[in-house]
Formats: sequence, C-alpha cells, structure tokens
Amino acid sequence: MAAAFKTVEPLEYYRRFLKENCRPDGRELGEFRTTTVNIGSITTADGSALVKLGNTTVICGVKAELAAPAADSANKGYIVPNVELPSLCAERFRSGPPGEEAQAASQFIADVIENSQMIVKEDLCIANGKLAWVLYCDIICLDYDGNLLDASVFALLAALKNVQLPSVTINEETGLSEVNLKQKNPLIIRKHPVATSFAIFDDTLLIVDPTAEEEDLATGTVTIVTDEEGRLCSVHKPGGSPLTGAKLQDCITRAITRHKEVKKLIDKVIKSITPK
Amino acid sequence: MAAEVAEAEAADGQCRLRRFSCELGLLSRPDGSAAFLQGDTSVLAGLYGPAEAKISKELPDRAALDVLLRPKVGLPGVLERSREQLLQQTCEAVVLGVLHPRTAISLVLQVLSDAGSLLSCCLNAACMALLDAGLPLSALFCGVTCALQPDGAILLDPTARQEQEARAVLTFAIASAERKVLMVTTKGSCSVQEMQQCLAAAQRAADTIFQFYRDSVRRRYSKC
Repeated sequence: MAAAFKTVEPLEYYRRFLKENCRPDGRELGEFRTTTVNIGSITTADGSALVKLGNTTVICGVKAELAAPAADSANKGYIVPNVELPSLCAERFRSGPPGEEAQAASQFIADVIENSQMIVKEDLCIANGKLAWVLYCDIICLDYDGNLLDASVFALLAALKNVQLPSVTINEETGLSEVNLKQKNPLIIRKHPVATSFAIFDDTLLIVDPTAEEEDLATGTVTIVTDEEGRLCSVHKPGGSPLTGAKLQDCITRAITRHKEVKKLIDKVIKSITPK
Repeated sequence: MAAEVAEAEAADGQCRLRRFSCELGLLSRPDGSAAFLQGDTSVLAGLYGPAEAKISKELPDRAALDVLLRPKVGLPGVLERSREQLLQQTCEAVVLGVLHPRTAISLVLQVLSDAGSLLSCCLNAACMALLDAGLPLSALFCGVTCALQPDGAILLDPTARQEQEARAVLTFAIASAERKVLMVTTKGSCSVQEMQQCLAAAQRAADTIFQFYRDSVRRRYSKC
C-alpha cells in the first residue's frame, strides 16, 4: 500500500516522513549514512581509495607520471582530476563522452584542490624548469545513490594520503632522470578538505547527505567544503531554492561538525596501514 | 525595435560597483535579448522560448531550460559547462516553468569581453534577457562578485587584476524577494565571518542593481 502511494505521489509520501522529522531510511534530517573507506586496494595505482556513503560507491585512483613543467610556471607540477560517471552506476548515464554532471563534478573537484591548497603544486616539482610530477586523479562512481560530491572529495583525499611517490634524481652527466622505486615518499598534504552536501526541500528544510531519490525530489542543493581550521574552501550552491544567510550559516555549522567526524575516520584508516 | 541604454553607478561607502550599461531587445531573432556591460566586461544574452522541445528533452510538467555559454575564444570547455549548470539551475529556480509544460527555453550567452566579474555579468545579462522575453518569473535575480583582498578588505565587482590578486573571489546570485541567496560559488578559501560579510555587502549592492533593472525596463517601455 505504501509502495503504491510512493509511486503515485512521491513528494507527498516524502513529506509525511519529514513531518515526523525523519526520512524513509530511518535517518534524521542531520544524519549521514554509514561511511566506509578502504585504501590501497588498487595495486597498479600509486594511491587509491574506495569510499562508500550508504550505497553510493566511489573509487579514486591516483597515477603519478613525469612531465616537463609549463613555461610560465617552471616550478609547478600538475594535478589533473577527472570524475567519471559510467553507465554502470545509474541508468540515466549513457555511455559516450562525459555528460554535463560529470564535467561539472570534475570542475568542482579541481576547484576544491585549488581553493583548499591541499597539495601545493610547487611540492610536485623535481627540477625547476625540467621535471615535475603530474598526478592524474581518476574518480569513478561505481554506484550512484546521491551525494556524489561528498564521496568524491573524500575518496580523493584518502587516495592522495595513500600515494607513495618514488624518489627521482637527475643524473648530472647524462641529464636523464633516474627513478628509484625502492625509496618512496608520501605526498605532502597540507590541508584536509571535507565536503558536506545538503538538499533543500520545499524551499525551507535542509537535509544532509541526500540519496538519489531525495535529490530528484529536492528543490535545490548546497555543498560546503571546509578544512581543519574551519575555513571555507568552497560554498557551492548551484541555483535552486533561495536561502537566507542564516540558513546558509546552519549548513556551515553542520559542515564543520562533519569535518571532525571524517577526519577521525581518515586518521584511523591511515594509522591502520602504516606498519606496512 | 528601439534599443535602450541605461547607466548606473553606485557608491556604497567603500564598495563601488563599476559603471553599468544595458541594452534590451538588440537582436531581432531571439524572443528576448540583452547586452549587459559592467565596466569593460560585457556579455550578450539571447533567449528563445517557450518553444517546441525535442521529445527526448521535454518534461511533462514544466518547461525544460538549457543554457549555452560561449567563451570569447576557443571552444566551450569544462569550466563553461560548470558555469552553464550554475546559470541553468539559477534560472530554473525563478522561471515559472509549470506554466509552459513540454516546452523548451534556450538561453544562449556570448562573452564579448572579460575584464573581471564575468559570472555575475552573465547572471545579470540572463535576467535581463528573461525580462525582455516576457517570461513569467517568481523573482528577479542579480549577480554580484566580491573579492577578498589579502588585507581583508572587501571589493565589489572586481576587475580581472583585482580578482587575481585577491585571496578569495565569491560570486552570489541574489533574488529580489527578501534578498535571499539563489546561487553561491567561491574561489579560494575564506573564514566563515568573511563569507557572511561578503554576503551582506552583496545584498546591499543588489538593491542598486535591481533599481537599475527597473530604470532600464521603464526606459524601454516608456517610449513605445
């Protein structure tokens, strides 16, 4: 009976739950789904992480390659993020060139890396003007159940923390680079940005960590990225219902709390693999 | 169709907006068109709609709005796609699409020159084009860019050089109803108080811009 009502009037069905301050999956309005993270699963990548936020599964693989730095920034390396939404993850994504959502997500991740300065490009330079690292960060969604941006940022952070770069020296006589695979150093991660997404309902209610169904019914979304000092790395509200400054402040407060939860999780995971 | 030009300057204490200028109805083919100039930044917007939609794109209960942003040089890339998404969702929030189901509304923006605050110029041009086309809207919106300088000062409507030197650049789309925030996008990092201060400054500047919209439209329709 409930299933029939849900198909015919999905919004009304949802509103009934919201009136009781909870959601169909039993969560409260400010509660996140169970977050699990698994790092180092892809052995062929220099760093990898798999993040599950409820059913949303995102995997990030980082490959490091060598390249010559650009002429106008001779002391900077490159970080190239790419978000892929293959047709595997949800029926609305068709195979072919990246759709609008994938491109917008890629741009968002690139902005987060740039705004938060989590990796300073100067740290990726090996020899000024001659050699620098390029980090290709591929974020692939395996199962799309809403809240892609949070999971992607988390997967990226965990994968970068897992990256071990081999030490590279330039031979003085031949001018060629020599890569020492035996000696590896971790990346210097300066900041730890964490994203928190909200869905806006009926122009007034804010719901944290929306599922795919909730995103379809929502009238707007907000994503806040904070770092460990409580600074805002990104406030991303792409249109949707208008919000007052006070409501935006509520989102920011919740995002700062979420940051602490995620940071604890990442630290636990990193500590568990360090003895290797 | 007579083209109307209106100008506005605002001095908001320390926060000055650059010289604004707007021309409505300058293109003959689109249902609505507007050219918006902020200082040296200018964007031309053309709006077609509500028109027949392709069956694959039509929505059963409301109009399907899509935005195309063309840069001044080169092909549209990932940055343009991301801006198109911002503009599309902002416009969708104000356009009363339920009055025109199964139709398509296409907004095409062409960047004519970029001297800073490009996204807010696009937002302003989009809103003026929506007004010129006579589409039903629940509220107007305007775009305001704030640059946070390294010393903490807030600059509204920054030039390209000011944007580059700034520690953070925040772009807001403010709705005319109660000055609520329709869209926010930030570049660089800032503290929470700084963001709230920029938002307050943007909301004050929005009053000037909405008054400018009123004056432009009044001039346009007073002659005919």
